Amino acid sequence: MSNSVRAPLFFGVVVVLFLLTGVMQSWNVALGVLNMGLISAIMALGVNMQWGYAGLFNVGVMGFVALGGLGAVVVSMPPVDEAWAAGGLRVLAALVVGALAIVAAVQTWKRMPHGWARSLSMIAILLVGFIAFRWTFDVAVEAIEDVDPSATGYLGGLGLPVLVAWPIGGLLAAGAAWIVGKTALGLRSDYLAIATLGIAEIIIAVMKNEDWLSRGVKNVIGLPRPVPYEVDLQNSQAFVDRAQGLGIDPVTASSLAVKLAYTGLFTVVLLVVLWLAQAALASPWGRMMRAIRDNEVAAEAMGKDVTKRHLQIFIIGSAVCGLAGAMMTTLDGQLVTSAYQPLRFTFLVWVMVIVGGSGNNWGAVLGGFLIWFLWVQVEPLGLWLMSVITSGLPEGSGLRSHLIAGAAHMRLLTMGIVLLVVLRFSPRGLIPER
Amino acid sequence: MDALNALVALANFVVIPATAYGAQLSLGALGVTLIYGILRFSNFAHGDTMAFGTMATILFTWVLQGAGISFGPLPTALLALPVGIAITALYVLATDRVVYRFYRKQRAAPVILVIVSMGVMFVTNGVVRFIIGVDDRNFDDGTRFLISARDFRNWTGLDEGLALRSSQAITVVTAVLVVALLFWFLTCTRTGKSMRAFSDNEDLALLSGINPERVVAITWIIVAALATVAGVLYGLDKSFKPFTYFQLLLPIFAAAIVGGLGSPLGAIAGGFIIAYSEVAVTYAWKKVANYALPERFEIDGLGQLLSTDYKFAVSFAILVIVLLFRPTGLFRGKSV
Repeated sequence: MSNSVRAPLFFGVVVVLFLLTGVMQSWNVALGVLNMGLISAIMALGVNMQWGYAGLFNVGVMGFVALGGLGAVVVSMPPVDEAWAAGGLRVLAALVVGALAIVAAVQTWKRMPHGWARSLSMIAILLVGFIAFRWTFDVAVEAIEDVDPSATGYLGGLGLPVLVAWPIGGLLAAGAAWIVGKTALGLRSDYLAIATLGIAEIIIAVMKNEDWLSRGVKNVIGLPRPVPYEVDLQNSQAFVDRAQGLGIDPVTASSLAVKLAYTGLFTVVLLVVLWLAQAALASPWGRMMRAIRDNEVAAEAMGKDVTKRHLQIFIIGSAVCGLAGAMMTTLDGQLVTSAYQPLRFTFLVWVMVIVGGSGNNWGAVLGGFLIWFLWVQVEPLGLWLMSVITSGLPEGSGLRSHLIAGAAHMRLLTMGIVLLVVLRFSPRGLIPER
Repeated sequence: MDALNALVALANFVVIPATAYGAQLSLGALGVTLIYGILRFSNFAHGDTMAFGTMATILFTWVLQGAGISFGPLPTALLALPVGIAITALYVLATDRVVYRFYRKQRAAPVILVIVSMGVMFVTNGVVRFIIGVDDRNFDDGTRFLISARDFRNWTGLDEGLALRSSQAITVVTAVLVVALLFWFLTCTRTGKSMRAFSDNEDLALLSGINPERVVAITWIIVAALATVAGVLYGLDKSFKPFTYFQLLLPIFAAAIVGGLGSPLGAIAGGFIIAYSEVAVTYAWKKVANYALPERFEIDGLGQLLSTDYKFAVSFAILVIVLLFRPTGLFRGKSV
C-alpha cells in the first residue's frame, strides 16, 4: 500500500474513533481527547524533527514540555509585587552572578594553557562563584517564599495574555536545548540519550524545588485563559438562548463551546507547525538533514557542519515540544509539577513517533492522535475486559478485586506491546517515510 | 573528643549510607555494563527488570511468611531470593526469545535495540504494576539494627551515635559475595572466558566456535541475577516502589558510563563514585563541620550544598564531566 492510500485510510480510522467516542461516551469526552490529541501531535512533530530528520535520540522530552509549561506561568500570571519588592532583583542578580561564574570558568578553561594551574583556577572560580551565588540567592529566596506562602510565595509572571506564552514557552525550551546541545551533542547516541534523560529529571527537580519561580509542588492554579469561562457563558442570555435553540442543555453547551474554542486554537497551531515542518523537510535544508542522518561521514566530507546542524535541529525540535507544553498547561489552567512523569511525557511521545512513522510528519501527527486515543481509552476498555473475565469469580473474591484494580495499569502494558508489535512487523511505522 | 564525634557523625550519615547505596548501584551498573558488552546496547528496561525481580522475590517472601518459615534474624527475602532470580531469569530469557533475538539476527543498529528496550520497559513496568500495584512496600522482617545509635552512645560515651542497620550490612556483604562470584566466573570458567572473548571481538569469537546464543542466554541469566539482587537489596534498605526503581535507571547508567560501559570493574567504581557524591553533595554538613571546626568558625546554616531532590543533578553532573574529559569512562570502556 502506498502512502497516498495509507494516510487517508489511517486518518479516516482516527476520525471514526473520535466519532464513536462522541456517540458512545459523550461529545465532551471526545473533544477532550481530541484537544490533547492535537497537543500530542505537536509534541510528536517536535520529536520527529530530532529523530526522524536528524537521528538524534532525545529522551528528555518531558523536560522541554515542562519548561513550556513554566513559560505559560511566567508570562501569563499576574506579577506578585510584594515578592518582587522582597527579593526579586536580588534573585535576578544571583542568577547573573551564577551565569558569570560559569562563563568565567569556561573561558579560563579555553584560554589558559594546559596543566594543573588551569584546572585549579577553574575549580577556584567555580567555588567562589558558587559561594557568591548562594550568598546572594538564599536570602532573596527566603524573603520571596515568605510572602503569603499559601497563596503566592513566588514572583508571579508578567501578566501578559496567555497566547503570548506559547511562543515564549517554546523559546525557553529552545534556550535549555541550546545549553544541553552544546554540552551533550558531541556524544554518541546512547550517551546523548542518558544525558537528555538526566536533563529532563533536573528540569523537573528545579521546578519542584524552586518555589520562588514555580511555587514548586504547591502548584500554580488559575492560569488566565485565551477562551471564555463556562460560568460566563452560562450567565450570558444570548448564549443560553442559542443553546436552547439547538436543543442542548446550557451547562453542557458551555463546556462544549470552551473545548471547541481550544480545538480551533490548537488546530491552527498544529497546521502552522505542520506546514512549516513539511516545507523545511522538502527544502534543500531538509535534504541536507536526511543526508546527515543517513551518513554522517559522507555529509561531513561534502562540507556540511554536522555538529552545528545537529544543534540547530535539536533546538528547533525542543522548541516545538516547549510550545506544546505551554499549550497543554494553558489547557489545564494549572501547572502541576508532580504530574510530569517520564513514561507519560517522554516515552509515550516516542511511541507516538515510532508507531506513526519516524521521518514522516504526517506519520507523527497520526501517531499523536492514535496513541493518545489508545492511552485514554485503554483504561475503560481494560476495566470492561477485567469485569468480563472476572464475572465468573464470586463477588468480593480477592483475585477479582485485584484484577479490577490492576486494570488501571493496562495502559503501560498496551503501549509497550503496541510499540514492540509495530517495531517488529512494520518497523518504519504506519505511514513510513518515502 | 570533638574530632571523634565528627568522625562518628561522618560515618553514620555519610559513609555507611553511601557505601550501601554504592553497592546497590554497582550491582545495577554491572547488569547494564554486561548487556552493553555482550549484546551491545543500552538496556533501558534494566530498572524495571530490577523491579520485576524484587516483585518476584517479595511474592515468594509472602508465601514463605504465610507458611511460617523465617530466616532467624535475617530477612526472609534472602531465602526467597533464589526463587526470585529464577523467575526473573525466565522472564528476561522470554523477552530475549520473543523480542531481542529477532533484531540480533538482523544485526539491527544499537539505537534500534535501545528503542526496543523502551518497549520492553513499558511492558515490564505494566506487568509489575499490574501484579503488585504502585504502593510502597516494606518487606524487611529481620532485625532492624546491628548496632543501634543508643547502644553505641552507651558503649563509647560519645555524643554522636553510630547506627548500622542490618540491611546495610547485608547489602555490603551480599554485594561483595556476588561480585567475587561474578569475577571468578568471568575470569576462571570456560563459559566466562567465552563471554569475555565474545565481548572483545564478536567475529573472532564466532570463528573459534563459541555459540553466540549460549553466550547471550548466560548473559541474560547473570543480568537477571544481578538485577534481582540489586533490587532486593535496595528494597530491603529503603522500600520497594516500582516508580523509584524506574528512576534508578539514571544513577545506574551514570555509574556504568562513568566507569566505562562494558567494563565490570568500572561499573563498580562508578557505582561508588556516584553514590558517594550524591550523598556528599546533598548531606547537611552542619553537624560534622561544627564538630570538626574550631568554635569560632561554626556555621549557622545547614551546610548543605544542594537540596536532596537534586541528587539526580549530581549523577548527571558527574556523567557530563567524565564524558567531556574522558569519553570512554574511567576504565576505558568500549564505544560502538
